[in-house]
Amino acid sequence: MTQTLNLTINGTTQTIALDDPRATLLDVLRERLGLTGTKKGCDRGQCGACTVLIDGRRMNACLALALSHDGAAVTTIEGLAEGDRLHPVQDAFLRHDGFQCGYCTPGQIMSAVALIAEAEAGLDPERVREGMSGNLCRCAAYAGITEAVLDATRTMTREDAA
Amino acid sequence: MADLMNVQAHVRLGSNAGQSMTRRDGVLKVTGRAPYAADRQPGGMLHAVTATAGIARGRVAHLDTAAALAHPGVVRVYTPANRPPLAEHPDTKIHGFAWRMEALQDDTVRYAGQPIALVVADTLEAATEGARLLNPRYEAEAPRIGLDGNTPYQPETVSIGRPPSLEAGDMDAARAGAARHLDTVVETAAQYHNALEPHAITAQWFGDRLEIDTPNQAIGLAKQSFATYLGIEPSQILIRSPFLGGGFGSKAILYGAQLLVVLAARDLDRPVKLALRRDQMFGPVGHRPATRQTLRLDLDEHGRIAALDHHTLAVASTFDDFIESASNASHSVYATTAMRTTHSAVRTDTGTPGPMRAPGEAPGSAALEVAIDEAAYALGMDPLAFRLLNYADTDPSTGMEFSSKALRECYERAADLFGWKDRPLEPRTMRQGRLLKGWGMGTAQFPCPMFQAAAHATLRADGSAVVETSAADMGQGAWTALAQIAADGLGIDIDRLEFRSGQSDLPDAGVAGGSGHTATAGTALFNAGADTVRQLADLATNDPASPLFGAGNAGVTARGGRLYRNDDESRSEAYEDILARAGLDLVRGEGKGAREGEAQRAMFSHGGVFAEVLVDPDLGQIRVNRLVGAFAVGRIVNPQLARSQLLGGMIWGVGFALHEEAIHDARTGRFTNNDLAGYHIPVNADIPMIEALTVHEDDPFVNALGIKGVGELGVTGTVGAIANAVWHATGVRPHRFPIHPESLI
Repeated sequence: MTQTLNLTINGTTQTIALDDPRATLLDVLRERLGLTGTKKGCDRGQCGACTVLIDGRRMNACLALALSHDGAAVTTIEGLAEGDRLHPVQDAFLRHDGFQCGYCTPGQIMSAVALIAEAEAGLDPERVREGMSGNLCRCAAYAGITEAVLDATRTMTREDAA
Repeated sequence: MADLMNVQAHVRLGSNAGQSMTRRDGVLKVTGRAPYAADRQPGGMLHAVTATAGIARGRVAHLDTAAALAHPGVVRVYTPANRPPLAEHPDTKIHGFAWRMEALQDDTVRYAGQPIALVVADTLEAATEGARLLNPRYEAEAPRIGLDGNTPYQPETVSIGRPPSLEAGDMDAARAGAARHLDTVVETAAQYHNALEPHAITAQWFGDRLEIDTPNQAIGLAKQSFATYLGIEPSQILIRSPFLGGGFGSKAILYGAQLLVVLAARDLDRPVKLALRRDQMFGPVGHRPATRQTLRLDLDEHGRIAALDHHTLAVASTFDDFIESASNASHSVYATTAMRTTHSAVRTDTGTPGPMRAPGEAPGSAALEVAIDEAAYALGMDPLAFRLLNYADTDPSTGMEFSSKALRECYERAADLFGWKDRPLEPRTMRQGRLLKGWGMGTAQFPCPMFQAAAHATLRADGSAVVETSAADMGQGAWTALAQIAADGLGIDIDRLEFRSGQSDLPDAGVAGGSGHTATAGTALFNAGADTVRQLADLATNDPASPLFGAGNAGVTARGGRLYRNDDESRSEAYEDILARAGLDLVRGEGKGAREGEAQRAMFSHGGVFAEVLVDPDLGQIRVNRLVGAFAVGRIVNPQLARSQLLGGMIWGVGFALHEEAIHDARTGRFTNNDLAGYHIPVNADIPMIEALTVHEDDPFVNALGIKGVGELGVTGTVGAIANAVWHATGVRPHRFPIHPESLI
């Protein structure tokens, strides 16, 4: 039975005729809407590759039943850059080599965007490491990831102040 | 094809190669636009899900295919009863790099997690539910699991076609003259690659032509293999593998489900996609097997190693022969007058092991470095001093000189940065607050193989160029590092280079593995560029209208898209002008990469790794607090990417030492932790201050470019360093990996 699902994805509200109530938000994004930037690594909420922002909070899209988020605002990796202008977190990951194979990267970046927003008193390396530990990187680009998140935090703080 | 030595006068490495530059595929990766195989969605595509065995040994007695087919959306269920034919049996070893695999050839179950059916449906949800509804019944037999699960046997080969044993020098004489000896036994656990990208394939037929999207570390070989199993010509197959979401060895070899998807796509005349679930990656796609390693060191009265004996018992599958060559890791690290390395194996009801990042070397180095540390302490020596006393100036297994070996400099630089000189000899003497603190070290070493690669280079009329080779980028940075080498081969700026790769219709770049891809494919690309420039030089120096006329073939150098006379730098000409006057739209060169002839030298990358750990004296909890490595890896093509590779390897060492362990339930043979919650790999919070330094090294022998390899080296040395630091913190010597907290209290 087809059911109607309303989602605002990367700022655009869409009405989706959902063919299967079992579909996760991840599989709706990837298989129905062609937004394949969000990755499936484990489908069990254990790796963080599918991290997206749901109403501003970072969540594993593989654990989110799509229908249970009717009306939500979802931000995916495709929604971060403005045209060719990378989001400061994307730019920092690039400059600090915060990835290798790139598969966990969309999830890392979405998680970092949320972590920076969550942090109320700036970020130190230890807090970044802890706060990014829900996102596994098998290539183990952790040093670059931590550097990138700290760098992006500084950039975004400056931008906020300006 | 150009011979490298003849064209060196024209082109050289250094304008692009050697510089840190961000990844050329980086923007694609940080924006989510990099295409991985499971991202493909051809129109009309169906989804496939494999049903996998819930027993480890026996046969499938019944599958409820009717129930699966009755589920809405399910299109077809493939079982051994209706699987379309293959031209070659999936258990045929079609070449040395082919593993026996399960493609529904019969109802036998030979390990838990083996595919026993393929369900194809309109949606992933329907295929998943269809697979569940098959509700298999089995005739199960008692599984044989673990190092003691069966009677050991003597394998004919280890790794891929390598001899299972080696003896060098006179073991009996060396032992007889020794002042003391030390025996140690080290066990290592089964590990699974667990690339973040699950194995995936999307297959689509266009008449008798097949297009496959699948991450693969050796596309050219995969094309040949698919053709053999399908009974078609390789030219009928196109494989796209532009990006691998990690490989680590597990995506170099075909597995049965790939064949099933290709067969289903042909049978149904629709594109079909399959992505393994995480739990399904424990079995059919290789793993690093558990080992039990027995080492004996005989030491002379000065503390020098007189004899080294390293035996490995490794877990193997019941139906194929990949034996972890861990003992071979002892061949070339430390000087000894005699050595013996041997292997045995035990056949158990698991998937066949395969190469996993630093295969053989990782577990072998772990055991060797523990034994070396024990020996140093038994002699009352500092572990670094003991390693320097036993420094191998020649390869003890062959007597050959090393092509280059800046290991002393590695030890020195890493030890300095770490502060090693202040280390007390005795264990359990340092504390940080209530935590026990310990320092340990290990030697990193990894061979520098070269495989076979080919490349084309085409210089265009506007002075830009395109190079082509089917290299695989699984994160090591091929899109960037190889492009840097290619640009130098052509004597152009990298911004003027188009790099085409990751498709099987391009010249075969060989395998991305063994830490030999950059050296091999890089040599092919460099040679292809040099061949192109040579033709350009011929054109210019023979053309009276060129300022280069008469310079002679070796009298010009390429740089920044121009040829310069060596005897007069003021006389130069741009590539586009040379081509225009010759009336040519393009010049095309070819190149190959391979090692010429038998190696006359021992070729290895080296490093020294130093670890600081903190151990909770009550709970046994271990934290790596600092990790410093220094590595000598020949010419470094891109320092930023090389550092990332070395750090990644070291962090794999952390996982090996402290986390990674696949656990079977001995009664059922099934895994108890085949997911990323139970199978632990390092997370960001596990990685403290970590640094990888590199030491300058010119190696004129390893290959003409002087490139060694960085992909696997960091795993070696690090495992031992952490274990030795744990001992130094606690006084308890770890003899099993991963080190469990309860073993320390």
